[in-house]
Amino acid sequence: MFVAWRDLRFARGRFILIGAVVALITVLVGFLAGLTGGLAFQNVSAVLDLPGNRLVLQQTDGKASFSESELSENTVDAWRSAPGVDEALPVSILQSRAQAGGKTAGVAVFGMPSGDDSALGRMTPHTADEIGLSTGAAADLDARVGDRVSIAGTAYRVASVGGDLWYSHTPAIAMTTGAARDTAERMGGSGAATVLAVSGDPDWDAVAKATGTAAFAPLASLTALETFKSEIGSLALMVVMLFGISALVVGAFFTVWTMQRSGDIAVLKALGATTGSLVRDALGQALVVLVVGIGIGLAAVVGLGALAGGALPFLISPLTTIVPALAMAVLGLAGAAVALRTVTSADPLTALGSNR
Amino acid sequence: MITLDNVTLTFPDGASRVTAVDAVTLHGRAGRVTGITGPSGSGKSSILAIAGTLIRPDSGRVIIDGVDAAGLSRDEATALRRSRIGIVFQQSNLLPSLTAREQLQVMGELGDRGARGPRGVRRAVRGRVDDLLDAVGLSDQADRRPAQLSGGQRQRVSIARALVREPRVLLVDEPTSALDQERGAAIMELIGRLSRELDTATLLVTHDLAHSAALDELVTVVDGRVVDGAAVDGAAVDGAVVDGALEIR
Repeated sequence: MFVAWRDLRFARGRFILIGAVVALITVLVGFLAGLTGGLAFQNVSAVLDLPGNRLVLQQTDGKASFSESELSENTVDAWRSAPGVDEALPVSILQSRAQAGGKTAGVAVFGMPSGDDSALGRMTPHTADEIGLSTGAAADLDARVGDRVSIAGTAYRVASVGGDLWYSHTPAIAMTTGAARDTAERMGGSGAATVLAVSGDPDWDAVAKATGTAAFAPLASLTALETFKSEIGSLALMVVMLFGISALVVGAFFTVWTMQRSGDIAVLKALGATTGSLVRDALGQALVVLVVGIGIGLAAVVGLGALAGGALPFLISPLTTIVPALAMAVLGLAGAAVALRTVTSADPLTALGSNR
Repeated sequence: MITLDNVTLTFPDGASRVTAVDAVTLHGRAGRVTGITGPSGSGKSSILAIAGTLIRPDSGRVIIDGVDAAGLSRDEATALRRSRIGIVFQQSNLLPSLTAREQLQVMGELGDRGARGPRGVRRAVRGRVDDLLDAVGLSDQADRRPAQLSGGQRQRVSIARALVREPRVLLVDEPTSALDQERGAAIMELIGRLSRELDTATLLVTHDLAHSAALDELVTVVDGRVVDGAAVDGAAVDGAVVDGALEIR
């Protein structure tokens, strides 16, 4: 790193420029990742909070979807009685509008037995005339414990407020299974459970095949949410493209930079420098630029993200900050590694003579 | 001590091969400066490249401090170059981002692995930097970069850089080609003095015999061969050929 540090100091203008580009790309990637994470959280956090090892959905025409799944009593019983199943918890999911005072808001109603240890389970009241509000629903409806909230023509007393849970960009409301079934019927539905949260270790494929259902691991069940797939798919594509651009920009810079230095590299080789030491020098230099650029970009993302979090669905977590930053560093180094060919192929013989 | 023993080098030239160095034998003795002269294209730079292990000859032996360099692998040749050979290039070839002091210090940062390890080499090199800068008269210019130095000063830094690892062999390629007569003479005198002081076997390629007084021996090369001739390009040299080398009287 002897020459690398001094090159960084000597050509600081060029390195500040490429560092700024890396920082800007990090800001773009970080914001997109934070926004993607925030939107994903508002889409699926309640689903990921459901208990059980697998989530079972009814299949229609070979496809499983949260929006179309309706599990009959027979199906629920079949899963409950399957060998290896410890517990099968039917959960109804409805999307409706709620009113409280003068406020109206779209909500996702989750009907499930109370007493479960999940955040949803803790929100679920014990009686059918009560509901539990997530913090988002309470904020949208400006409702507190003891207030009356009307859903599909029936008023419920707010028994609790707590839990930051969302489904399809609407805040979650929890009620008992019976209350959810009644609400669904008032809205013209069948009142059947949407999803079965199954715990245990049954022969998942065999039971699913026998009942015409699909049993997903919680994370995999998100593929049964159409809006999530399309939304996250396009945002993730943008993030991936930015990763590619980052690798390309860093690679192009270091390729040109190293080619400009090819004469110096030939001289160092002629003086006895090992190719390994020159490669370490080049990669170390790229790593310094990447770490500084990404560090500045990351600080901007965390700072601005914290400010934007009040107005946008923005998630600051290791998954939306550290992971993209590491990916950028790795891809940037991969781009810089392309320039190493100039280092390894430099001929020390060219240092002799007057044609440098 | 360096010996080129019956060394031949050819290059591809279309379907045939052209002989750049033809059965050359010459000796560079410790503490002495051996000049290699000849017209352009005569093969003197190729001889220097062979002596510097930068190119492997087709045949013959290259004995550097007791090691036959002709059969070494690329990595072994690099290690030999690092530890026992110093090179002064025609255009000084200093690194633009380094100060004069750092040009010498970088010689301790070349990826050494051996018994002394990188730290031992670095310490030894750094311990000699100031003395060598003083020896070439650049103590007061140590913190200047190449762009802030004159051509003669750059060449002095290049000489100090080549000697900072105490090489057994010093190879010098046309050191005065970019300098005026006065500065050229000073550089030649410096090379001769340091070679004697450090007991280094120096091979010096030059086409300019105006400074031949600084040489201890002179070898004339024409068409890749060491020739028996006292005059090259009209420049007269008072000497005699001994074992293929022209010794100056």
